[in-house]
Amino acid sequence: MRKVAIYGKGGIGKSTTTQNTVAGLAEMGKKIMVIGCDPKADSTRLLLGGLQQKTVLDTLREEGEEVELEDIIKPGYRNTRCTESGGPEPGVGCAGRGIITSVNLLEQLGAFDDEWDLDYVFYDVLGDVVCGGFAMPIRDGKAEEIYIVCSGEMMAMYAANNICKGILKYADTGGVRLGGLICNSRNVDNERQMIEELAKKIGTQMIHFVPRNNFVQRAEINRKTVIEYDPSHEQADEYRALAKKIDENKMFVIPKPLEIEELEALLIEFGIAN
Amino acid sequence: MLLRHTSKEVKEREGLTINPAKTCQPIGAMYAALGIHGCLPHSHGSQGCCSYHRSTLTRHYKEPVMAATSSFTEGASVFGGQANLLAAIETIFSVYEPDIIAVHSTCLSETIGDDLQQITRKARDDGKIPEGKHVIFASTPSFIGSHVTGYSNMLTGIAEQFAVSTGVKKNQINIVAGWMEPSDMREIKLLSKKLCVKIVLFPDTSDVLDAPQSGKHVFYPKGGTTVAELQSTGDSIYSLALGPISAEPAAIALEKKCKVSFETLDIPIGLTATDRFIMTMSEVANVNVPDEITEERGRLVDVMADMEQYLYGKKVALFGDPDQLLPLTEFLLDLNMKPTHIVSGTPGQRFEKQMRQLLDERSPETNFRNGLQADMFLLHQWMKNDPVDLLIGNTYGKYMARDEDVPFIRFGFPILDRIGHSYFPNVGYSGSLRLVEKILSAIMDRQDRDALEEKFELVM
Repeated sequence: MRKVAIYGKGGIGKSTTTQNTVAGLAEMGKKIMVIGCDPKADSTRLLLGGLQQKTVLDTLREEGEEVELEDIIKPGYRNTRCTESGGPEPGVGCAGRGIITSVNLLEQLGAFDDEWDLDYVFYDVLGDVVCGGFAMPIRDGKAEEIYIVCSGEMMAMYAANNICKGILKYADTGGVRLGGLICNSRNVDNERQMIEELAKKIGTQMIHFVPRNNFVQRAEINRKTVIEYDPSHEQADEYRALAKKIDENKMFVIPKPLEIEELEALLIEFGIAN
Repeated sequence: MLLRHTSKEVKEREGLTINPAKTCQPIGAMYAALGIHGCLPHSHGSQGCCSYHRSTLTRHYKEPVMAATSSFTEGASVFGGQANLLAAIETIFSVYEPDIIAVHSTCLSETIGDDLQQITRKARDDGKIPEGKHVIFASTPSFIGSHVTGYSNMLTGIAEQFAVSTGVKKNQINIVAGWMEPSDMREIKLLSKKLCVKIVLFPDTSDVLDAPQSGKHVFYPKGGTTVAELQSTGDSIYSLALGPISAEPAAIALEKKCKVSFETLDIPIGLTATDRFIMTMSEVANVNVPDEITEERGRLVDVMADMEQYLYGKKVALFGDPDQLLPLTEFLLDLNMKPTHIVSGTPGQRFEKQMRQLLDERSPETNFRNGLQADMFLLHQWMKNDPVDLLIGNTYGKYMARDEDVPFIRFGFPILDRIGHSYFPNVGYSGSLRLVEKILSAIMDRQDRDALEEKFELVM
């Protein structure tokens, strides 16, 4: 079982990319579980054809300790197993603790057990690694490979670099490795070259360049992944390609985060200067 | 040798505290709240915080100490504790019927960011607080300060949330009690009565934590400052804060809210600190000091003079809380003893400055430290390097006393293995006399124990 976590700046398209890639892997016949680690609980919407009705933490709150696995894991597209950690309403409580609680609970309930015969577990984590809770998927050997979704925009690259610092912290003890950067294009000038160069400097690869296509939006409005909504669309092939590359990926590294000056120099070289 | 691993060599430590000379904020908040009549302290956090503090207070006073808790579970720490606290407030008012619930926060509820002001306001808006009842609160995370800070924060909360200024002054003086025992508070009231000064003392744990055996259990004993008294503090002519660390912040809050001017004094432990208290009372209330008090003072001075020969030059190590240590050190110096080592786990520059000033003037060679690494381990190391004749501190000092074979006087908080502190004061002239008696007994008992047969004296 490969355990994958997807990180990246907020709003970069992590959930969309994750679910479309998962759909690609499912199409290849893989058995996958997706764990949404975002209090908004929208990481499995496209696979389930709508929002997950009950998150792990909702169930914990309502049922107490008597939680059953089938209450919180629902089958999605091609029988992908979908679950959402959930969390407190904005402005109260502790979302980070929520992720720790729900990942522990899933483990206790046997969500990762052999009986499910899983090929992949995907953790879709919100935004930045702001506290220990959001690092939960990369602690204690939970996720073993990380992909960072980014674009050629400065703040997205800045966030990607920051996430690498988080990975570095747990790489020695937890064995977590970086599998690559996924460039979710924003049509920035020289975007592909810039991300390739960033990946090289960090010591990893740009595993795939996902071109911008409004069709993704259309599929999303219809609560579907591109692969399910229109399997013949060219964008569906992009996600299939990404899924295949992840499936065949052999490059797992301990990242070397850049100093801010280096990162800015990269932007000047490829971005603003041109 | 229970502490046989304590080494003589003192090394500077950065991150480690061993046997801290302090405890958590909420226990102070709980103690302060118990000094309000009909008040149930409530701990907004996990059950363990509440149980630990209740049991320590119970062991210190040998009285049942009641407190409620929000009983945080994993769910509450994720979603926030509002639902728990609202349910608690409803249950407490319907089942335990206090006049006041005094909520204090804990490390957990502070870290997840629960807003006690917002939650108590919601409780009021939702009609969960019956007419004439009150819910007050204080923020008391233990990762800041110590139990003394918690006491001070709750006291400030009490002053802020109750004091009302009606515009008509009342001929009374507020005495904001720093952390002291019920017996001390009783003594302060007695002295004020002898001075013929009307006071409002808050908090007042006498008749709460030293309640008499009456044959039946009273959930809210008769003592404690009443709500009406607390409200009237806003109209008092003046406030005296007894204790710069534990009491002054509440006096400042009163001044801000109701423009009652204040003055800060030490807790009246010892001759000079009691002199300052009596003289200040006499000045601000414009009363003469009655002979009764002058004679009490005279008796203390007489004993101090008679027994000076036994105390002169005797070295003392002491640990505890700032507001007690400062006047106690001054008193030891007045007795011509030598305070040799002093530690307090309560951090704060103000205390450090005041203690340094006192020591610079009268005993510059004294080892003194407060704050993070000022723990009992350090005190013990200092005692190994420069042995003392007497150790003064709370019950936790008994291990050092035993290992170093040093006479030990229990003083401060908590005292878990002896009684007396709740019944016999350490403040005022009579309290100071009791302190001298205890010090003398400890030192003279040791002299008797160690005397060779031919030097064993009847009269000494």
